[in-house]
Amino acid sequence: MTTISAEELQTASGRRLRSSLARWMFLLASAITILISGLIIWTIASEAWTFASQVAADQLQTIGWFPRRGMFDIGTLILNSAQIATVAMVVAVPSGLGAAIYLSEYAHPRVRRIMKPTLELLASVPSVVLGVFAISFITPVVLSKFFDDINFFNKLAAGIGVGLLVIPLIASISEDALRAVPRDLREASAGLGARKVTTAIRVVIPAALSGLMAAIIVGFSRAIGETMVVTIASGGGDTSLFQTSIKESGGTVTSAMAALGLGTDQVAGDDLAFQSLYFLGALLFIITLAMNMLGNMIVRRMQERY
Amino acid sequence: MRIASSPADIAIRTAKTRQSLQRRPQADLPGTLFKWLLISFTGFAIAFLGVLIVVMVNDGWSVLTGRLGGFLSNGFSQRSAQDAGVWQGIVGSVQIGIATALFAIPVGVATAIYLVEYATGGWFARTVELNVRNLAGVPSIVYGLLGLTVFVKTLDGFTQGKTVIAGGLTLAAMVLPIIVITSVEALKAVPQGIREAAYGVGATKWEVLSRQILPAAVSTILTGTVLSLARALGEAAPLILVGAATGFISFGDSNFLETFTGPFTALPVLIFNFARQPGEDWSANAAAASVVILILVLMINGAALYFRNRFEKKW
Repeated sequence: MTTISAEELQTASGRRLRSSLARWMFLLASAITILISGLIIWTIASEAWTFASQVAADQLQTIGWFPRRGMFDIGTLILNSAQIATVAMVVAVPSGLGAAIYLSEYAHPRVRRIMKPTLELLASVPSVVLGVFAISFITPVVLSKFFDDINFFNKLAAGIGVGLLVIPLIASISEDALRAVPRDLREASAGLGARKVTTAIRVVIPAALSGLMAAIIVGFSRAIGETMVVTIASGGGDTSLFQTSIKESGGTVTSAMAALGLGTDQVAGDDLAFQSLYFLGALLFIITLAMNMLGNMIVRRMQERY
Repeated sequence: MRIASSPADIAIRTAKTRQSLQRRPQADLPGTLFKWLLISFTGFAIAFLGVLIVVMVNDGWSVLTGRLGGFLSNGFSQRSAQDAGVWQGIVGSVQIGIATALFAIPVGVATAIYLVEYATGGWFARTVELNVRNLAGVPSIVYGLLGLTVFVKTLDGFTQGKTVIAGGLTLAAMVLPIIVITSVEALKAVPQGIREAAYGVGATKWEVLSRQILPAAVSTILTGTVLSLARALGEAAPLILVGAATGFISFGDSNFLETFTGPFTALPVLIFNFARQPGEDWSANAAAASVVILILVLMINGAALYFRNRFEKKW
């Protein structure tokens, strides 16, 4: 008769070692994500600080953004960013929310199975392609019919292009929010004799309202951060004159960064142009971070409620 | 006195009552309007995709039919639009894609495993989770700044400056949070019972992970990863900051591996450059190159869908 000793039943030390090695590997990997955040903040902050401490106050209030001539009117860029993001929201919010409500409340499962991947496909259309679309279709074919005096490069077309890009993002976050609303609420409403439209507008949408708000906030933040559409369709060069009309051209915070980045070799010597790139980065980082944190907070609170 | 409630009377009365109670099916006008409003909003998004494709194919038609072979095999030409091609952009995008995947997938999936399988809700795990969520919202061009300062300048001993490796690392940092988030979802979807059963027969944590949980979650992880790489393929902004060449690159006689440490470009950067040049010929090039990148994106999305449908497990 064979006897089994206690040692033989114990786990082989190799297996245990491998398991604890794996643990450290995974820990290390998650530390890398924190390292990336740290590096982003350190990178931006040091150069942005150089800019902020050396720039003269009168350089910040000029006729526009001309970094190579030492004119850093950041207000111009912020105005353009806000205008373009607002136009984008006008395009994206109705379509994104509408698609989300349709998919979650009305669409037949079979329709849903086709629409969801299509929206995903829409989400992965490269932004440069949207930029090309803006200057080859939105401005010359659509907008020029409505406005005779529209500039070939204009903020309106850029905003529409950005809006089209943001539709799938808004649609997917708000669809998640709508689907998180418990079925009971819909059934109770139907049980009281409410029509489908009443249930949707008076019950489901109010219940998911905070999630829908989060979708809009995150969408706006994405619109502010969008670069290539604006660079191609509105902010052509690396300079922009202060212009309030959306029918005129103008660069945003992001497109000014891309323009500065195109000539990083030449820009390095110019007074503060290179550092202004990082200052804009810091500005963009803070604005989008604040909006995303707000959006995430709302989404999480909503998840806890249901 | 007449008995009012003869069976016949009752039958007539109830029939009447039922009829008057029963509303004629009325047209639900607001409901129908609302539904069609929603359908038209959804249709707008879908129709836009169609219009986009039609416009691009139409504008690029002369290039796509006239000189497709040359367009796909030539490098960028600053001198004439008729000679310009996208070959270097395709090569660059593929190389950057490989570099991005090599850096981002291991780190991303490992982070997700840590968050789902190891973390016990401590401060470190909470910090990592919040951090990943915030990183996911950072605009792509900000990653370009990270790439320019850290990967091109500080780490130039490893990346050799403005190279495919620097570009790949930059895009890897950008897609990392997306990979983490989708992988976390995939791992969470694996039923707890599988873990418990594996532990029950004496497996170590590593064995549970490598033999049970990862194989069960791999299709969802792959789908998310492939979709995030599609996003990286379309990004131009961070690459511009990292110093993707916007003109012709001379590869000389260097082989495929050596070009990883040489100057680089990418398909979206080339499209941007085509779009910046004035004139009909260049915009035809931009449209044709857009068609090429759209086809690539379509293929990648198709692959992701295939993974999802082919290997998806229903618990």
